[in-house]
Amino acid sequence: MDVELLSRIQFAFTISFHYIYPPLSIGLGFIMVLMEGAYIRTGNKQYEQLARFWTKIFAITFGLGVATGIVMEFEFGTNWATYSRYVGDVFGSALAAEGIFAFALESGFLGVLLFGWNRVKPIVHFVSTIGVWVGSMFSAVWIVVANSWQQTPAGHHIVGEGLNARAEITDFWAMVFNPSSVDRILHVWIGALIAGAFLVMSVHAFYFLRGRFVEISKKAFPIALMVSLVFSILQLVTGHSSAAGVAENQPAKLAAFEGHYNTENRADLYLFGWVDQQNQQVYGPFIPGGLSFLLYGNFNETVTGLNDFPQDEIPTAVNAIFQFYHLMVAFGLYFILLTVVGAYLWWRGKLFKYRWIMWVFVFSVILPQLANQFGWFAAEMGRQPWVVYGLLRTSDALSAVVTSNQVVFSLVMFTLIYALLFVLFIYLMNKKIQAGPYDEGHSTGRPRQESISEVLNQ
Amino acid sequence: MATFLGIDYPTLWFLVIGALFSGYAILDGFDLGAGALHLFFKKEESRRIALNAVGPVWDGNEVWLVIGGGALFAGFPILYASIFSAMYIPFMLFLAVLIFRAVSIEFRSKEHMKWWRNAWDISYSLSSILMALLLGIVMGNILWGIELGFNYEFQGHWLDFLHPYAIMVGITTVALFMMHGAIYLAMKTEGKLFARVNQLLKKTIIFFIVSYSLVTLYTLIYIPHLTDDIYENVALFMVPVLAFLSIANVPRLVNRGKYVMAFLFSALTMSFLLILVAIELYPVMVFSTLGPQYDLTVYNASSSENALRIMLNITAIGAPLVIIYTVFVYKTFWGKVKLDETSY
Ligand code: HDD
Ligand code: HEM
Ligand code: HEM
Repeated sequence: MDVELLSRIQFAFTISFHYIYPPLSIGLGFIMVLMEGAYIRTGNKQYEQLARFWTKIFAITFGLGVATGIVMEFEFGTNWATYSRYVGDVFGSALAAEGIFAFALESGFLGVLLFGWNRVKPIVHFVSTIGVWVGSMFSAVWIVVANSWQQTPAGHHIVGEGLNARAEITDFWAMVFNPSSVDRILHVWIGALIAGAFLVMSVHAFYFLRGRFVEISKKAFPIALMVSLVFSILQLVTGHSSAAGVAENQPAKLAAFEGHYNTENRADLYLFGWVDQQNQQVYGPFIPGGLSFLLYGNFNETVTGLNDFPQDEIPTAVNAIFQFYHLMVAFGLYFILLTVVGAYLWWRGKLFKYRWIMWVFVFSVILPQLANQFGWFAAEMGRQPWVVYGLLRTSDALSAVVTSNQVVFSLVMFTLIYALLFVLFIYLMNKKIQAGPYDEGHSTGRPRQESISEVLNQ
Repeated sequence: MATFLGIDYPTLWFLVIGALFSGYAILDGFDLGAGALHLFFKKEESRRIALNAVGPVWDGNEVWLVIGGGALFAGFPILYASIFSAMYIPFMLFLAVLIFRAVSIEFRSKEHMKWWRNAWDISYSLSSILMALLLGIVMGNILWGIELGFNYEFQGHWLDFLHPYAIMVGITTVALFMMHGAIYLAMKTEGKLFARVNQLLKKTIIFFIVSYSLVTLYTLIYIPHLTDDIYENVALFMVPVLAFLSIANVPRLVNRGKYVMAFLFSALTMSFLLILVAIELYPVMVFSTLGPQYDLTVYNASSSENALRIMLNITAIGAPLVIIYTVFVYKTFWGKVKLDETSY
């Protein structure tokens, strides 16, 4: 296989794996802030217990997020050297800002969050929790700014030609507020908050079903339910606004999202479907003129189709892009439905009585994860064949000196390591969840039996 | 060319990166060193204390690497691209051990089975040693020079990084970090464990001094491009002399039981060594073994002046904040390690 394909597989694999954890960390961070805030405000120990419990789960997701994050930063240099030379001048400042403003904040306070429960006053601990959460939100800001600049470059000019062509920054704030960054930051943030809240609901729903930790779960579940209700609705708004932005700035990508081949003045909106790329045809139920309406508020507005772009400037995997995009949207609509129903039942005081809906919550935890992954797949695959939209092609972005054997080596290595990490992740999550919010003391607190006997036998 | 305090921007950014990497070496140096020594502690309690001595801070320390890497990418993208793709395999191995180290710390104490803890202890210690070794090897290659040709692309073989000189620098780095980590552990422990740490500390000092002397000799004999600056400008001779004095001061302070001072001096030693490297290289950042026209210098590898100015502003705002959090965290966990239910 060629180096380009291998490097793309490696990048997609490593970042998708990384992106399992950041949304959970960001989302759980927020819930922890709410729980600890409730403790500080009411003095109710149950909230403290909850905050401590979720901090332990958070420690696992955060640890894995950190361990897998540095990989991509290095890959820019190792696998995408030409890209790094091209974008370093612009992209670098966002990455440097991320390190200084975000990572330093989160990892600095992380020590206090995890180990400081008995060392600092509750309020100082609360501030540290907020610090970690805000840091994680900021890290999303800067990395998404960098990525959005790749999607919709702004605030730069190109110097040099051919091999020496490079983008140079001219206006920092124009780079930061490039046309897609605000929409996408909000969308990514909210996607993360939903992912965290669904995890909390899933675990506490599981406790209800097992009849364990019921009292404390009655405190935790509504917090997460409210968070996911509000943000699921907001996600529709930010997603819509992103789509309008894509239509304006990356029309070929939007056409791929919808499998829209022929320019029509009444563009249809498919609810789901299958794109027959050979015959340039989509099969599935659609709303006539729906796409035109969503984008322009008018059923008869023209939307450019894929056939009207230069054929070497459009993404090729149209069906995959269509599916990823439509699944994300479908999941988004499902979250709204589920949380509205949940909130209604809760308001009527019946929520915890229906076992079936508790089971639905238990299993729905996987869907925000999938929505987040599919959203990125759609956004990144829809950007092809460009790495930097309209400026640098993916095929030109590679490292000239890296051979396919080297990439095969690293790809196999990451596959093995990540498989191990994933097994450990599931195992430890399961263990912590089974143990529940009250496992304090018997797990790590006192010296263990073995170590006492070790001492006695010496 | 725009300047600040009479120093041009690329040079200034070179200094910022130098400062970030010294910060990284000083901070992550002690937790890597503590990790490298981990298997010398046999009892479960001792291992837990040693691990929890670095528990609340290692992640913050590692962020200096993330920031240093980001700053290098941002300030010298051409160098970042050339060197990272040239040393593909060592960097990938580095990532692998870095991941193993992070998860070993995280997961070790999550289960009680003996085999589980032993396996993670071994993985923690080995990955700490290998991280230090690989960092040193990369450093050694940069000092020795890399086969860079047209467009500053690497022309050599992928195994070239295993150069004997690079390996010597790697081993010296391991020794330096072990010594530094042992001093840190001495500050954080008491009782029997403290006595054991003290024994180890004496040995690591000897290990470091021997390997450092060998590297110095090798450098003086075989790498003229690194020493000519210093021969030409006698004032610069102060730096190696200071480095030597601060190294000599470490065993003296350790013998007197002044561990905090010893720690400061071993940190100072690291800074002097890096300043020495910076002086020897500047304005070159990486020598090409194929000729000076392919050397990567602070001028031909840097970002535009505008980008550097923006990032200097970011640093000026961000750095004080970073220092504040760092001080806050170290203050919170100051003193001997006490295990409680939140510990690893
Ligand atoms: C800061 C930049 C950045 C960010 C935040 C992301 N990506 Fe990306 N992505 C790239 C920068 C990039 C890239 C360097 O530009 C790649 C590598 C090759 C390419 O074409 O684009 C890429 C490719 C790429 C591909 C392969 C597309 C293809 O080759 O068809 C996938 C599936 C993803 N990414 C997925 C993700 C996911 C799941 C992300 C969530 C965190 C993500 N990307 C964030
Ligand atoms: C190419 C893309 C990316 C790169 C190069 C990257 C880089 C990194 C690095 C180096 C770390 C480790 C930092 C540390 O040691 O504390 C990290 C962790 C993290 N990243 Fe990424 N990242 C990428 C994509 C993303 C995206 C898109 C998001 C947010 C939506 C994100 C959010 C986070 C968060 C919150 C952490 C902290 C660890 C955690 O919460 O699990 N990253 N990333
Ligand atoms: C409810 C309807 C939704 C709509 C209309 C929508 C729309 C969009 C659009 C248009 C993009 C592409 C933006 C671009 O390429 O610049 C996108 C990307 C993305 N979506 Fe959604 N989305 C929805 C729901 C969700 C949900 C529920 C999640 C996660 C829980 C999610 C997570 C993401 C992510 C992570 C990305 C990639 C980052 C980005 O490009 O912003 N989306 N979405």
